[in-house]
Amino acid sequence: MPVIELHELEKSYGSVKALQGLNLQVPKGCLYGLLGPNGAGKTTAIRIICTLLSPDSGKVIVGGVDALSHPRVVRRSLGYVAQEIAIDKILTGRELLQLQGDLYHLATSQTSLRIRELVERLGMQTWIDRRCGSYSGGMRRRLDLASGLLHRPELLVLDEPTVGLDIESRSVIWQLLKELISNGTTILLSSHYLEEIEALAQRMAIIDKGRVIAEGTAEQLKQQLGGDRVTLRVREFSDEKESEMVRTLLNRIEGITQVVINQAQGFSLNLVVDSEQVLPRIQEELNKAQFPIFSLTQSRASLDDVYLQATGKTLMDAELEVASQRDLKLESKKAMR
Amino acid sequence: MENTVDVYAQGIDEQGFILEVLQETLALTRRLYLQLLRRPSTLVAGIIQPLIWLVLFGALFSKAPEGLLPGGMTYGRFLGAGVIVFTAFSGALNAGLPVMFDREFGFLNRLLVAPLRSRSSIVFASVIYITSISLLQSLVIMGTASLLGYGWPGVSGLLVVLLILLILVFAVTALSLGLAFALPGHIELIAVIFVANLPLLFASTALAPISFMPTWLGWLAAINPLTFAIEPIRAAYGGPLDLGITVLHAPYGDVNGYGCLSVLMGLTIGLFFLIRPLMNRKLA
Ligand SMILES: Nc1ncnc2c1ncn2[C@@H]1O[C@H](COP(=O)(O)OP(=O)(O)OP(=O)(O)O)[C@@H](O)[C@H]1O
Ligand SMILES: [Mg+2]
Repeated sequence: MPVIELHELEKSYGSVKALQGLNLQVPKGCLYGLLGPNGAGKTTAIRIICTLLSPDSGKVIVGGVDALSHPRVVRRSLGYVAQEIAIDKILTGRELLQLQGDLYHLATSQTSLRIRELVERLGMQTWIDRRCGSYSGGMRRRLDLASGLLHRPELLVLDEPTVGLDIESRSVIWQLLKELISNGTTILLSSHYLEEIEALAQRMAIIDKGRVIAEGTAEQLKQQLGGDRVTLRVREFSDEKESEMVRTLLNRIEGITQVVINQAQGFSLNLVVDSEQVLPRIQEELNKAQFPIFSLTQSRASLDDVYLQATGKTLMDAELEVASQRDLKLESKKAMR
Repeated sequence: MENTVDVYAQGIDEQGFILEVLQETLALTRRLYLQLLRRPSTLVAGIIQPLIWLVLFGALFSKAPEGLLPGGMTYGRFLGAGVIVFTAFSGALNAGLPVMFDREFGFLNRLLVAPLRSRSSIVFASVIYITSISLLQSLVIMGTASLLGYGWPGVSGLLVVLLILLILVFAVTALSLGLAFALPGHIELIAVIFVANLPLLFASTALAPISFMPTWLGWLAAINPLTFAIEPIRAAYGGPLDLGITVLHAPYGDVNGYGCLSVLMGLTIGLFFLIRPLMNRKLA
């Protein structure tokens, strides 16, 4: 039985449709990645799973329990590390964790034991008794992770946990997540870092505009794309005219399914080919037409390609597009309770 | 992290409701006290300000002709009751501020994802905190007033004073918490607090008796909840305690101590019922 099941979730903020029929199934004991550009609806979906927000319509089942009618049962078994970090600057990290322990009704001895474990595990010894106001971003994140884990949740939900973190904090967090997985915890992690999802997640869903547009293991997703990727540069820095000419030439070759000119990389050409056998033919044709070849490299499809294929945009473009439309101030205002 | 002890299964199964609510409430209250301890300026200001009122205002009218005030009391003694009530009132009016900041900074979300047994714990914690602080402030004022020679109400009088302050603080705290959930941000909340504070003070019998006021102001003062708290306290300062005697000569008639208490009580209950649906919605 999946740990999280979302059926046809819809959620609008005024006229903005954040979720439009989102379906998701997170199997037990795996690290599941939620990948999508800014504004895709990751945080909205996560807040619904964590019972902080109710959808306009749809079903939310967490750990076999209907989260909309039994939110408290869900809250007990769930640890949440939010995207925006809310801490009490005046308390020390330890005091915050103690508060957290009481909110989850742990016995005092349990709480202190757990705090000791987590402080050690996350390397917080030197600063846990300092006030949170003086923490760096990495410290706050670690404290947040500790507070999400204090009650040993079966399900841990992290919303972009490593954005803007120093390398050390990031590796500490990654390491701990891997360890949790091997101990049977289910983890849902959102990110718009491809590397993070590739490195950690066993399965993933790509979300765009409030919908899942691709789902599966990294291998499956890449296979769905089919074909290999080939990057061709006729010279180190070509120009548009030349690339266009090469494109016309390539389009006539059988076995090449797609040719995209990548302006950002000196007008190199990104091709999708059916099989490796096409490579010699490309060389042949280019030679015949007297084009030089600076480089011709072949690679398997990457997650970025998956995203590109599914949305027609690179992740980067999608983010820039959304960023220009958002009113963050208004959002944080509306997110208030 | 191995051999996970299932902490819930032991503690949580539909028993120990009260214990769990208590645990939550105490933890949240403790947080508020820690904040206060590390940033005591509001508490200190909350004590110094009324002391200044007491000393300066008391001095302002100290040469007023004798017999001007009802019962022939000195102005300092007259003022004492007003300042005590006003201190408790303005302290309680601030009750919503920490909640508002928690809303704005998202700390409230941390509380709302936790499996709180009752979300009223958040409200209880604020009420406990503000009540204890307000009573503490009031006691300091009372002590100082007695040092200044403005009198002391005696033991049973003191109990009445504390009871009245308690009811008033509950009412105002409810109001302030309601505002903290209803208003969009702390700027608005502070504005409301700022605007409510002084007019309510002036349109009450804290600084002058109704007999000094023009009719319209007298009417305002006679329906001002602060007046219903001030007058019985003043009476408690004035002599042996008897809640049955008239303490307020209002334009609409005389009100005795019990009357004042009932009005305050009704107000408190009414306010709690009024803000309940709002809290339920915001904390659902
Ligand atoms: N409180 C809000 N009020 C109004 N619009 C909102 C609010 N929260 C989110 N939105 C909008 O809903 C959409 C989805 O937002 P959401 O925060 O879920 O995206 P996200 O995938 O988490 O993005 P990010 O990567 O930036 O965190 C966006 O278009 C956003 O502008
Ligand atoms: Mg987000």
